[in-house]
Amino acid sequence: MAAISREEVAHLARLSRLAVTEAELDRFAGQLDVILQAVTRVGEVAAADIPPTSHSVPLINILRKDVVVPGLERDEALAGAPDTADGHVRELATGQARYFRVPRILDEEA
Amino acid sequence: MSDVTRSTAAELGRRLAAREVSAVEVAQAHLDRIAAVDERVHAFLHVDTEGALKAARSVDEARVRGEELGPLAGVPVAVKDVMTTRGVPTTAGSKILEGWRPPYDATLVSRMRDAGLVMLGKTNMDEFAMGSSTEYSAYGPTFNPWDLARIPGGSGGGSAASVAAYEAPLAIGTDTGGSIRQPGAVTGTVGAKPTYGGTSRYGLIAFSSSLDTPGPCARAVEDAALLHAVIAGHDSRDSTSIPAPVPDVVGAARLGATGDLTGVKLGLVREFSGEGAEAGVAAAFREGVEALVKLGAEVVEVSCPHFDYALPAYYLIAPSECTSNLARFDGVRYGLRVGDDGSKSLEEVMSLTREAGFGPEVKRRIILGTYALSSGYYDAYYGQAQKVRTLISRDFATAFEQVDVLVSPTTPFVAFPFGSRTSDPYQMYLADLFTIPANLYGGPAISVPCGLSEGLPVGFQIMAPTMADDRMYRVGAALESAVPPLTPPPL
Repeated sequence: MAAISREEVAHLARLSRLAVTEAELDRFAGQLDVILQAVTRVGEVAAADIPPTSHSVPLINILRKDVVVPGLERDEALAGAPDTADGHVRELATGQARYFRVPRILDEEA
Repeated sequence: MSDVTRSTAAELGRRLAAREVSAVEVAQAHLDRIAAVDERVHAFLHVDTEGALKAARSVDEARVRGEELGPLAGVPVAVKDVMTTRGVPTTAGSKILEGWRPPYDATLVSRMRDAGLVMLGKTNMDEFAMGSSTEYSAYGPTFNPWDLARIPGGSGGGSAASVAAYEAPLAIGTDTGGSIRQPGAVTGTVGAKPTYGGTSRYGLIAFSSSLDTPGPCARAVEDAALLHAVIAGHDSRDSTSIPAPVPDVVGAARLGATGDLTGVKLGLVREFSGEGAEAGVAAAFREGVEALVKLGAEVVEVSCPHFDYALPAYYLIAPSECTSNLARFDGVRYGLRVGDDGSKSLEEVMSLTREAGFGPEVKRRIILGTYALSSGYYDAYYGQAQKVRTLISRDFATAFEQVDVLVSPTTPFVAFPFGSRTSDPYQMYLADLFTIPANLYGGPAISVPCGLSEGLPVGFQIMAPTMADDRMYRVGAALESAVPPLTPPPL
């Protein structure tokens, strides 16, 4: 029996924000099925009372002095953006601002 | 080809310090070599001619002023394209970052600049470091200098090939499941994965944050150790960086090169000695073990029963982590944006951007990770894999009570022909069968050439306990001194 169906792959692709094509769905479903059958083997290990490891270095609460250090300048941070927009910020002395510009977030029915 | 490009980094450093050769001459010789062979090798995605010559000039000027410089000042280095470099294109092998020039340097890159290393350019890799052949680079594969019809390993095939083809004496790689060691093995070069947390991840474009470890690639063990010493050490910008002194890896490499391993115990992993490796690889590995025994090492067979589950655990943990890390490629802050014609929602634009910008292996892993983390499957997949990770670490701890280092072949097979493992992705994953356990455990591991099989290089892997990176350099340098050097056929 297949570990994963074409419909499940389509659903996971939507959750992952990947607009995959029909041809990719056909290909990925078969390939992911082979991979899942292989990785499912982790279930053979009796590990009910074993604690999980999320990280190989057991470091906790790494603290540092709260010192102000310069970050990126606004224009540097925006330099690689696919789209930016100029705007106005009342709180700024100059009133001038630049932003990342994004497509609309709310649907028309929302 | 000039003797400059044939030199080890250590030798170049000495000749530069003695002012027998200038940093500009050394940089130019390597740039000339790149111009002569990289059309065939394709190790580089970007060659920074101007930046390299400028950096070299400033090293020469500092030397004229009598400034005290480190042992690698003026020595060129190639950098895997997954490390950010200020103002120099950085793509991680992906179309989604084509043309991006980062506004900052990775910590490793600044440390190398401070030590006077001269960056030649950025090397090719599987997209976002996912792959074992560079066939998943969006910019076309790198070709193995030993046989241009074969893969150079991956994901850091560009870095390994640049070193093997004498385009650079040193390179930086990153190792999440074997991406430094496996390319080292199949190109006949040295590749070292430091202890996780021993080298900073700041400026490393993240794939699997609990596993990603930058490290050195070189043609000689001492060279790898010299570069390791430059890049390692605590970095407050990486919260998983280990706040402890770096072991004396250079001293250990020099000690090993004297060829005395009296009292050193090598652990042969029983689970890795069976049918896992092809015959020629297993034979070259056995000869390597015999060479170490002649130097005084003692061999003990150890059992690591959970190593058989390392590959399945890795292919749940790494894709799960990549799913979150690659969420940042959303077409907003950097890189590609597709479909923003005013009629589409943010979500649609994101989906179209990621569909156009990511290649097939990245998409497969994102989908796989999303599955492993989804409600109802989380405990059986991701949760169980994390428990198996604990058991693998315990196997290492138990083994290191009996032996100083563990040894195995680096990879089960020699460099394979292009296209032979891309249709079934799981066949590609098997390339990392022997390298993955050290990533899950976090300890250091190195691949050192130990011979040929069918005329192609075989790598010998040495794994050491966490923060005992010096041990692998000692044993690695001893092996290097005991086996004939490997030289690829002329290009």
